[in-house]
Amino acid sequence: MLKRVFPHPLLSLTLAVVWLALVNKVTPGNLLLGLLLGIAIPFVTAPYWPGRPIIKRPLRVVEYVFIVLWDIVVANFQVAAIILFRRNSNIRSHWITVPLELTSPEAITVLAGTITMTPGTVSAMLSADGSAILVHCLHTDDPEAVRDDIKQRYEWRLKEMFQ
Amino acid sequence: MELATEILISFFLVLAGVFGLVGSLGMVKLTNTMQRLHAPTKATTLGVGGVLIASMLYFLLVEGTFSFHELLIALFLFITAPISANFIAKTYIQAHLREADLPSSEGEYGWSVYDDPPESDDEGEGFA
Repeated sequence: MLKRVFPHPLLSLTLAVVWLALVNKVTPGNLLLGLLLGIAIPFVTAPYWPGRPIIKRPLRVVEYVFIVLWDIVVANFQVAAIILFRRNSNIRSHWITVPLELTSPEAITVLAGTITMTPGTVSAMLSADGSAILVHCLHTDDPEAVRDDIKQRYEWRLKEMFQ
Repeated sequence: MELATEILISFFLVLAGVFGLVGSLGMVKLTNTMQRLHAPTKATTLGVGGVLIASMLYFLLVEGTFSFHELLIALFLFITAPISANFIAKTYIQAHLREADLPSSEGEYGWSVYDDPPESDDEGEGFA
């Protein structure tokens, strides 16, 4: 019964919260409308969601969000420093291949987004079977350290969350 | 409105302005497309973030109301910025680089611009 009303509970919750944030005011009426949207939209779109990500440890998500937010702030200062204080001839850019252990498309999407937002790296492309990700690094002297950093800091945590 | 509040809000506004400027400067200064891509995806995030924090602080401390649709703007920014960067990167690779210019994918299949994905029988699980 509960499964029929909420085919996709996470989406329902997201929609309700997004609605409340859009109107920017929490009143009983808005809450009700948000919940209504949260029930109606997943119900109508359920056929288009063949596979659903299962998040095993929700607390890890909170931890991950804060780590990434902190890294984004650090990344901003690092990239700003490179732009302002480094000569173009001194910037050593590298392409880096990061082999992936993640398999779910959702997890890989989150990882690719994280890589783009954090220190000096932009995710550019996946391999055709999704087993590796191509990353462009703005400036580094040690491409392997960057790769290990991505694997240890982000991929390992995502693996715990999604698999 | 007290002086401390004013200083705090102005601090975030100025910080945001500085990062916005640095991000735009990076677009001019860096030399190739892939390098330029780093400037708007990162330096600008704190630029927008600073304005949003300042806005939330203003409503909280000055108007006395709690405003949180700034969080929604931040969320949309975090979702859209990497995706558009990825589109630009892929287009650039397709138009300007050959497979030999990139490192190997270290797997059975090459990079997705050059290689076809493996045959798959489960729908909706494909990688583009």
